[in-house]
Amino acid sequence: MATMDTSQSGRETPAVHVPAPDLPPPATEVGIIGWARANLFSNWWNSLLTLVGIYLFYLILPPILDWAIFSADFVGESRDDCTSGGACWVFISIRFDQFIYGFYPEAERWRPTLAVGLGLLCLVYCLTDGVPFRKYVAMFLCLPFPIIAFFLLSGGFGLPHVETPKWGGFLLTIVIASVGIASSLPIGIALALGRRSQMPVIRMICIGFIEFVRAVPLITVLFMSLVILPLFLPPGSNFDQLLRALIGVSLFSAAYMAEVVRGGLQAMPKGQYEAAQALGMNYWTMMRLIILPQALKIVIPAIVSSFIGLFKDTTLVLIIGLVDLLAMIQLAVTDSKWIGLATEGYAFCAILFFIFCFGMSQYSMYLERKLHTGHKR
Amino acid sequence: MRYTSLCAAGFAAMFVAGTASAGTLDDVKARGELICGVTTGLAGFAAPDDKGEWAGFDVDVCRAVATGVFGDPKKVKFVPTTGKSRFPALQSGEVDMLARNTTWTFDRDVKLGFEFTGINFYDGQGFMVRKDLGVKSAYELDGASVCVTTGSTTELNLGDFFRANNMSYTPVVYEKADEIRTAYDANRCDVYTTDRSGLAAQRSELSNPDDHVVLPEVISKEPLGPLVQHGDHQWGDVVRWSLNVMIIAEELGVTSQNVDDMRASSKNPEIRRLLGVEGEYGPRLGLANDWAYNIIKTVGNYAESYERNVGPNTPIGLERGVNALWTDGGILYAPPFR
Repeated sequence: MATMDTSQSGRETPAVHVPAPDLPPPATEVGIIGWARANLFSNWWNSLLTLVGIYLFYLILPPILDWAIFSADFVGESRDDCTSGGACWVFISIRFDQFIYGFYPEAERWRPTLAVGLGLLCLVYCLTDGVPFRKYVAMFLCLPFPIIAFFLLSGGFGLPHVETPKWGGFLLTIVIASVGIASSLPIGIALALGRRSQMPVIRMICIGFIEFVRAVPLITVLFMSLVILPLFLPPGSNFDQLLRALIGVSLFSAAYMAEVVRGGLQAMPKGQYEAAQALGMNYWTMMRLIILPQALKIVIPAIVSSFIGLFKDTTLVLIIGLVDLLAMIQLAVTDSKWIGLATEGYAFCAILFFIFCFGMSQYSMYLERKLHTGHKR
Repeated sequence: MRYTSLCAAGFAAMFVAGTASAGTLDDVKARGELICGVTTGLAGFAAPDDKGEWAGFDVDVCRAVATGVFGDPKKVKFVPTTGKSRFPALQSGEVDMLARNTTWTFDRDVKLGFEFTGINFYDGQGFMVRKDLGVKSAYELDGASVCVTTGSTTELNLGDFFRANNMSYTPVVYEKADEIRTAYDANRCDVYTTDRSGLAAQRSELSNPDDHVVLPEVISKEPLGPLVQHGDHQWGDVVRWSLNVMIIAEELGVTSQNVDDMRASSKNPEIRRLLGVEGEYGPRLGLANDWAYNIIKTVGNYAESYERNVGPNTPIGLERGVNALWTDGGILYAPPFR
């Protein structure tokens, strides 16, 4: 009421207008209705599309839900327990351990669980902001961890030896994908730098490698490791199949990674290089402190895309007789006890792959937002 | 110079396994397990069960060899091989033998340098029809519409068969086995033709398997059997006779159930030789004298393995057909054990 108190000063001040409180917006403009009006029914054409869309959902969704959930069987011991006519998830639950670990001996399965769990834990820790000792955890993940994981998985130091053909299922998928991802980035960066190098020999070698590997399909690389490699080795020698696949996959994805990184390097304005040189930095300091951090930030989406592609390409190792998740499922559906349940198996495979790939892409989106410091437009 | 020797040492360390091999049998014995190449899953022939143990008709051949060598069917490592990877795997010595639905052909035997050590399944192209058609023989199929894979030898065999028998047919051509099965199930053709073992497996995936029947005629030859590398005859003999033992055992009526009685009391000289009561047959192969007894005891004879994996009482439901013993009207025949 202070505005009305004008008598003491004896001077008339104009009354200040107090607006009435705003009326709430019409119910048709906010909330779900408003959103729907704005986005789904903004004109007759959009309304029609929406209705058609809803109708399609109505056609597709109930049968899928019915198959996957409402008339599906979840508990049981064998195929005879699948009586409701829907999906037979009993198959997945009975075979779950096999899909995850392949032929890894049952008594030793705590080892891959521990190795993968430890790796994931460290990785999540490293990727979280504002936690102490991140640097040390990252260093642990880079150097001692792969060695520890190797011995955990394959044995040694008192642990019984488990040969690589017994590694299988999702474990194998993870092993191939993580080795491929972890090794392709550094090799790819080195190749990208090499390709832009002033030294002709190094440049030619890098260009030759990248162009050759990119020009052949991954499946050919895997076949070559399978068919051609033994020809060069002494007869009867046995070069670990998994190691061959790992080398093939790593080199293959490194070549792609090199081109992705090169894209980032070329996007850097020349001024950045010149400024760094003007400060007296040598080549490696310039790359480490100025160029690569910015270049890599630019190409995060492309890097993660190629990681996701690599993750999915791991299923190709089936061709050379390694039993990854997909291969394990294909094996399982040929067991005459479970024959004809391929749909359930493939659905399970798709869900598992989706979770991992979607997780990776979500993290990359987060990373982009976090590192989006300059260049904001 | 120093680098060269380092490299050499590294390579030598990598490839120690199996470089100085006296023979596959000795290698297998020294290793303590047999490495057997199987398919990447074929219903009834090779597939891992719920426990991850491999089972199937081809797997039994591997188990028979392992039992012959070690007396223990568990001492096998199974390596799944694809149609592409199977031959390099055997050539490079990654596997000791293959038992994976491989057709014995001239090219594979001679040019690829393998030795087929017998036939454990006589496959061939067959026909499946609906029971309610009342067809009992492939020779009654005049005028039928036939579902078949495009561009395959199956398609050519089909044409030959119908032309040779002066019959007409309408081909309904598809790219993949799954498509054919769906089409056949939806009544888009009267007949489904492919290899009989494949027919049986596909039949079990139809909506009402019992409404369909695989006709007895076989119109092409697909002899499937185990194979080993060419040149190691001792090992070839071990694999050959491990399979033969199963066939001979069926012929002589020896089963896993009665093998102990037979060994104790049989008067039949061939059974006595087979079970190691008389003669020294095992040691001539480099095996124990009771190797055949062990195979029959643990894996069973041919009929037992067949019934367990692909026979009429399994989901695969394959009749014996040509795979019956020669004494029962089939062509299964093993050389005498003497």
